[in-house]
Amino acid sequence: MRQLKVEFYVGLFVIAGIAALAYMAVKMGDLNLFEQDNSYQVVGRFTSVSGLKDGASVELSGVKLGKVTSIIYDTERQEAVVTMQVPNTVKLSTDSIASVRTSGIIGDKYIKVTPGGEEDFMQEGDEFEQTESALDIEELISKFVFSTGDDK
Amino acid sequence: MTTTDDQTAPGIIKIEQLTTHYGERQILDELNLEVNRGEVLVIMGGSGSGKSTLLRTMLGLNKATSGSVDIMGIDVVNANRKQLYQLRRNIGVAFQGGALFGSMSLIENVQLPLREHTNLDENTIRIMSRLKLDMMNLSGFDDLMPSELSGGMIKRAALARAVVMDPKLLFFDEPSAGLDPVVAAELDEYILELKQAMDMTIVVVTHELESAFRIADRITILDKGKMVITGTVDEVKQSQDQHVQNLLNRRAARDPISPDEYLDLLTRTKASRPIPGRIHD
Amino acid sequence: MINMISRLGQSVIYNCEQAGYLTLFLLRALGRMFSWPIKLGPIIKQLHFIGAKSTFVIVTASLTIGLVLGLQLYYELNKFGAVDRLGTVVALSMIREMGPVVTALMVIGRAGSAMCAEVGIMRTDEQLDALECMAIDPYRFLMVPKFWATIISLPLLVAISDVVGILGGYVAGVWIFDVPSGAYFYGMYSSVDWVDINMGLVKSFVFGLIIVWISTGKGFLLHLDREGSYGAEGVSRITTQAVVLASISVLVADYLISAFMI
Repeated sequence: MRQLKVEFYVGLFVIAGIAALAYMAVKMGDLNLFEQDNSYQVVGRFTSVSGLKDGASVELSGVKLGKVTSIIYDTERQEAVVTMQVPNTVKLSTDSIASVRTSGIIGDKYIKVTPGGEEDFMQEGDEFEQTESALDIEELISKFVFSTGDDK
Repeated sequence: MTTTDDQTAPGIIKIEQLTTHYGERQILDELNLEVNRGEVLVIMGGSGSGKSTLLRTMLGLNKATSGSVDIMGIDVVNANRKQLYQLRRNIGVAFQGGALFGSMSLIENVQLPLREHTNLDENTIRIMSRLKLDMMNLSGFDDLMPSELSGGMIKRAALARAVVMDPKLLFFDEPSAGLDPVVAAELDEYILELKQAMDMTIVVVTHELESAFRIADRITILDKGKMVITGTVDEVKQSQDQHVQNLLNRRAARDPISPDEYLDLLTRTKASRPIPGRIHD
Repeated sequence: MINMISRLGQSVIYNCEQAGYLTLFLLRALGRMFSWPIKLGPIIKQLHFIGAKSTFVIVTASLTIGLVLGLQLYYELNKFGAVDRLGTVVALSMIREMGPVVTALMVIGRAGSAMCAEVGIMRTDEQLDALECMAIDPYRFLMVPKFWATIISLPLLVAISDVVGILGGYVAGVWIFDVPSGAYFYGMYSSVDWVDINMGLVKSFVFGLIIVWISTGKGFLLHLDREGSYGAEGVSRITTQAVVLASISVLVADYLISAFMI
């Protein structure tokens, strides 16, 4: 009886611990065990993606639908190459625009996709024709300040 | 595991030129001792005589500086871990405080060696452990925890655990320490019973005279790490040696000291500082 | 003067020796952790003591810490108008730092001290010698279950602590200050990465090892303590030492892991 109680509590403890771990891994670690193949990847080339990180969200009309899976630097064309993962259910027309935006002043960077009007849709591996790079607020402010003030 | 040919040899333990140190301090000094098969040998001595160290060295718990301790054909001093563990399966040890495991019930304590070293089924293990408990007059206390046992019961339980594997050789550290004379005498009976019923060789370390005289075939007396005498009970009783007489008459052994030294000892401002980390018993 | 220097030397030698013995102890225990057969029964018993029984304390502590984090950070974030980042900040603090450290300190206090005292008493009581004399390896018999149980328990306890702490932050932020609940969770989900969880996991494994190593090791090596070892006084002294040493080691290790993994 006593032994049974001990085993019961240990079992409960292990289940609780693993549940907590699984919750964190799936919800925050973006561990996708179940939805492997129902998404496709598209690529965007930006002159600057300052502040954008792996795993940042890809939003359409303000709704998070996909995420950034990799950010690399193309040394030849001197651009940042961002790969995004979008679910199959989301169709992006070939003339959609991808732009790097910020949520709030100190918020995370994310990619905003503005749909276009073409009939054709982007396929796996396609590139966005048009992109807008990150707005660097500091740069903007300094430009503004120094262009209106004395020449430096 | 022992070979059959040393069954014929009289000595089950042969100690030769055994010297041990604790830090800088010499505890045993070139000790020679032989224990015969089937006898009860009692090792006696006051505190600090080195008898506990001798026991621990024989068990391989303490390292020796030099010399050899041959038990059933294995030199404990130089044996590796594997050899020691092999040897210890044929040895039972009952410790002074019993050394029962507080988290296990009485019977679980006794069953432990069987569970660890044999593949016997549950029933056999229960029967074998109950047999030994019954021998020690502990039937019916199976599920008591060590904290619920009296001092005498703990010693008996320790003895039961020590002999549960039917060892050829049994060591018993201070069987009567901390017990009242009646219970101590009872324990001596159990030791004798073990010797007769199971044909065990038994080495007992004690400082109790009555107990030693009751159980011993031979007695060894140690003083300051040296053997003073080894012999039968009568031989020891008739010995004229000063140390032996001191022990027999329970006189405190003290080295003679000159009046000057004595005065110095009393008037010294500071007692000589013991070295930290060393025992001074 | 010479006396002082020689005392210093003595102390250095002593501490080096102790560190050596502790390392040897660790290596032996680790070696036996993976040697067959591993008995499940004793591990479950230890899991009950180290893990299951610690859960309540850790849930209470983590809930409180989550609440406090929620309160404190809300005021600070409010100044920047960034209260929708509350979830992120609470979750990151819990997962990266507070969860592992609080859990480790609680386990040291609850289970580490008990393990040290238990093994220490077994040493003074000659129970460890008795094991040796029964040809039972004390490392395999006593240490391996404790090592496994602690190393398994810690990550699970840390995960529970993280989730409960995040819940505490939720209670403070959403119930008390009306931060939108969607913002609390959304921010958290999108900005906490696998890297952060991974760091928490690495920490919990390392802390578990430190805790079980120092608490059982200190008890096991009680007979080598320079201030004399036997009796209740020795056990109590060694237990205090083990708790202090384990706590400090955990905090130092926490810094080192943070520094290397960021």
